Amino acid sequence: MTDKFEPTIIGFTCNWCSYRAADLAGTARIKYPPNVRLVRLMCSGRLDPTFVFKALSSGADGVIITGCHPGECHYLEQNYKALRRFQLMKRTLVGLGLEPGRVKLIWASAAEGAKFASEINTFVEEIRALGPLHWGIPSDALPVSSVALEEVPA
Amino acid sequence: MSDKPKFAMYWAASCGGCEIAVLNINEKILDFDANFEVVFWPVAMDAKYKDVEAMEDGSILLTLFNGGIRTDENEHIAKLLRRKSKLLVAFGSCANEGCVPGLANFSSIKDMVDTAYSTVSTDNPGNIRPLTSYDMPEGTIHIPTLNPTLKTLDQVVDVDYYMPGCPPESHQIAAVIDLVIQVLQGKAELPPKGSVIGAGPSTVCDECQRSRNVKTITSFKRIMMTEIDPDLCLLEQGIPCNGPATRSGCNARCPTAGAQCIGCYGPAEGVVDYGARLISAFASVIDATDPNEIDRILDGIPDPAGQFYRFNLAGSLLRSSKSAWEKEKA
Amino acid sequence: MTQHGETNPKSEERIGVYVCHCGTNIAGVVDVQGVAEWAASQLEHRGVVIGRDYKFMCSSLGQELIEKDIKELGLTRVVVAACSPHLHEATFRTACKNAGLNPYLCELVSIREQVSWVHTDKAMATAKSKAMISGGVERVIRHAPLEPLRVPIHPDTMVVGGGIAGIQSALEIADAGYHVYLVEREPSIGGHMAQFDKTFPTLDCSACILTPKMVQVGTHPNITMLTWSEVEKVDGFVGNFTVTVRKKARKIIEELCTGCGICQEKCPKKVIDDVYEAGLGYRKAVYTPFPQAVPKYPVMDVPNCTYFEKGTCKACEKFCPTNAIDFKQQDEILTLQVGAIVLATGYDLFDARRVTNYGYGRLPNVFTSLEFERLSNAAGPTNGNIVLRDGKTTPKSVGIVHCVGSRDRNFNNYCSVICCMQGLKFAHLVHERTGAIVYNFYIDMRTAYKAYDEFYQRVLEEGTLFVRGKVAEITDVARRPDEDGHLIVQVEDTLASKQRRIPVDMVILSTGLQPRYDAKETAKRFGLSCSADGWFIEKHPKLDPISTMTEGIYIAGCVQGPKDIPSSVAQGAAAAARVLGKIQQREISIEPVRASVNQDQCSGCRICNNLCPYNAISFVEDRAVSQVNAALCQGCGTCVAACPAGAISGTAFSNAQILAQIEGLMMLNLEEPVTA
Repeated sequence: MTDKFEPTIIGFTCNWCSYRAADLAGTARIKYPPNVRLVRLMCSGRLDPTFVFKALSSGADGVIITGCHPGECHYLEQNYKALRRFQLMKRTLVGLGLEPGRVKLIWASAAEGAKFASEINTFVEEIRALGPLHWGIPSDALPVSSVALEEVPA
Repeated sequence: MSDKPKFAMYWAASCGGCEIAVLNINEKILDFDANFEVVFWPVAMDAKYKDVEAMEDGSILLTLFNGGIRTDENEHIAKLLRRKSKLLVAFGSCANEGCVPGLANFSSIKDMVDTAYSTVSTDNPGNIRPLTSYDMPEGTIHIPTLNPTLKTLDQVVDVDYYMPGCPPESHQIAAVIDLVIQVLQGKAELPPKGSVIGAGPSTVCDECQRSRNVKTITSFKRIMMTEIDPDLCLLEQGIPCNGPATRSGCNARCPTAGAQCIGCYGPAEGVVDYGARLISAFASVIDATDPNEIDRILDGIPDPAGQFYRFNLAGSLLRSSKSAWEKEKA
Repeated sequence: MTQHGETNPKSEERIGVYVCHCGTNIAGVVDVQGVAEWAASQLEHRGVVIGRDYKFMCSSLGQELIEKDIKELGLTRVVVAACSPHLHEATFRTACKNAGLNPYLCELVSIREQVSWVHTDKAMATAKSKAMISGGVERVIRHAPLEPLRVPIHPDTMVVGGGIAGIQSALEIADAGYHVYLVEREPSIGGHMAQFDKTFPTLDCSACILTPKMVQVGTHPNITMLTWSEVEKVDGFVGNFTVTVRKKARKIIEELCTGCGICQEKCPKKVIDDVYEAGLGYRKAVYTPFPQAVPKYPVMDVPNCTYFEKGTCKACEKFCPTNAIDFKQQDEILTLQVGAIVLATGYDLFDARRVTNYGYGRLPNVFTSLEFERLSNAAGPTNGNIVLRDGKTTPKSVGIVHCVGSRDRNFNNYCSVICCMQGLKFAHLVHERTGAIVYNFYIDMRTAYKAYDEFYQRVLEEGTLFVRGKVAEITDVARRPDEDGHLIVQVEDTLASKQRRIPVDMVILSTGLQPRYDAKETAKRFGLSCSADGWFIEKHPKLDPISTMTEGIYIAGCVQGPKDIPSSVAQGAAAAARVLGKIQQREISIEPVRASVNQDQCSGCRICNNLCPYNAISFVEDRAVSQVNAALCQGCGTCVAACPAGAISGTAFSNAQILAQIEGLMMLNLEEPVTA
């Protein structure tokens, strides 16, 4: 292994566009870094923010959500719902102190294998720059003594 | 010592409203007294931890545990009562999901203590902080130490039943006590372990009398700055009402009184993350497809994390904000 | 515990994990044996009882391996780590079914498309494969046995687009004995092919080969032709589409009209014909686009009709021998039930005006390919005389420019396929009819397919001059005396390595093809998607160029991408074969990916009510709960994700399955890959 930080990223794909873009990237042998692990959904509209929170709380350093381009949803308009949820979810995560760059929404059609790969490339580099997240379940990670309070000044 | 089954109630990180709710069951308290022997209830009677420690494991039939786990003392008692009790109930929102004390999970301990001891409202010219231990001629004395974050009861010990609410509604408490008495008399059976008791299966809307339509939200508003239609669903009027995601059981008290539900009964059955449900639901019915327009509408919820996790932060998947733990970790 | 602190229950399933080598496709990058052994040992506590690797899991021997294990080891779940589920999910599900295991208890993990083909670091690719298998194992533990939904298939078919692809498709289906609705938005079927004079490479007369087919369509007892009609709405799903068609008012009573043509003759209003004659000729305000039009009934061009403009005229009505004119006729809305749809909506010609340096629209003697087709057509505006824009001068020299709008980053990146052959055909026709000197300016000469290159050789031998180079500019600004009064083609001759200025009398732009201007709207209406270029996306570019991602909707002809007539005909016939195959199944099984509402948990908040584009969600007023109609639900899961009460669940993509998969995926992190 290199000394470089290798982030673990969870990616959500829709069955019709972005998953097929990933398939196409494969068929075309377009290389991208192995840091992303994909979860297939039927539609980006299926993306429940719970999945993103689950990924982050399970140790993912970043989450990328992919769907059909606006106006090209296989289910007509569900990617707009994904877009709206993403924006509200991101605001909430920022409110919880997450760097906004750790979650990203991109559009990739079934024909855009190359775009899919380059978006993954970009995102992996962005997360690498942000460094590890390892969302803490703090009390498990920290011994209580490490947060001892200050002494009373004399 | 009587032969009556033993009962305990404990107050960890919480406000005391839960105890009052128990007393608010009025004459039902007499039934309660006829059927139980109270062996440990620090708010109501004198008791020492060592008395509890001396009890046989499993000798307490029913313990209502309210409050979150904020200190090492809370954690110690939670473990102690778990050992001593047959049925441990996470009682009230704090024990279930963190509730308002859990909002401290937005800050690190240092920030929290600084706020408590160094803000303008505190007269502390020496900038003094409390110590958790102090050496005396008689020996070292301790006060409880804060854990890094507040945890829910079941993040610390195994829990048999969950009874949500801030506080649980008195009529629900009365019904649960009735049930336990009936079980003792062999007239009823306990629900499966892990069940939520004293609440409905659905959400607040189920009990809300306001009329509801298909929803399309073009803006979010604050309730005090809006004239509200008394009969129409608040969310449809742009008020971010948490009712759709909040477990039923309170008879929709707040929406009935003209205020939006803020979510004290926590998530509905099977829901993994309460805030995620609201994020998804609210965003789904926003009437916009343009990112800028969506942003404009979402500006109407100035503090989404606070809006969606007011009661549930400690019990959510992420449990706390990043700032609550990142500084210490570094 | 219910909602708090999720932990993995100890799995009591018996899971088999199968890792495919795919020859060296996977095994060349991923340590497949190591991965299989790792799964068997490290995931044992999750219920994995066997981990195997095999050369080709999809082969019959590979499948037998799984079937044997299911029977002998009593497997209750199967995870196959191989290629994309879009390729072989059905294969492995069938294997499970053959061995008596419900096919939906099988999960396919794509370690070829998502790992070995896209990653190069072997250790990291192996670690990722393990993580993905771990995700698959966690997911499959939460799978439930499912049964596909079976629905009957309506035997009628709709073909949209009456060009050669649509005609072929409609005829094939109708000849097999099934009813077809052929919808065409122009007044006549025939499409672009009806505008052509000759077809390459055989130089058959286009009309001579097309019109018999058009007539066949017009008289076929199994074909209902709906010309001057457009599809407005498509509801339903494979086997059960409900299509709303607007039959625009022709202002002609079809039952009475004999197609005698007197109305056209008498109509005093001349209108430039932008569609059929490519702007080179005129038609009347009541017209059939061309003499052989099918159907024979004319249409009234309402915006241009004098009666509708000024309130008087009615010449057509006065002279109509059968009283077939009806000025009050209104659009008709038809609701049709069909089981399958073939989309053959064709292409638009690239608008040559966009290439401003070629001067089309500014320089009169620059023509587009379609204009030239009309010029050279014996039935066209010049009776087949190839003349300049003045209508009389025969050109002495002609330049034909290839790749106009195609293979050009400024316009369309793709090759339009037909333009080279079209340019060669033009060269031949010009040569044959005018004896002019012909230059063809090309980037590469693409004459693939049968007898095409022979045609190229023939045109070469006829003396056409070929200049390899992309034309930079076409201008009428002369620099030399010999350029005076000519168009000058400025081109870098890349074979001679020099800039050339070639004066000619006429330039023909071999314009490329592009998606219909409204292709995206059409795609949306039919629930399909377009590529970035705007062509409709096929289910698989090689193995299924006829199906789309929407089951029951097929594509044929140029709607899928540029192609020539033989390919369009072949694809039209292929789509027909697919439709017939479907109809003969009588009923179809559809994936049981559906949402449903737990009525006890539903609070009737109505947040889901307007989320479904298929109107599958309705609100039951008396019980104040929402419900999902399983037959209409397409399984996108948007309502599942939206339900604030968690009352809506979705089969095959449940919350529990996905959350478990995420947890499984995160079991390993890349920084410390486990080497088995």
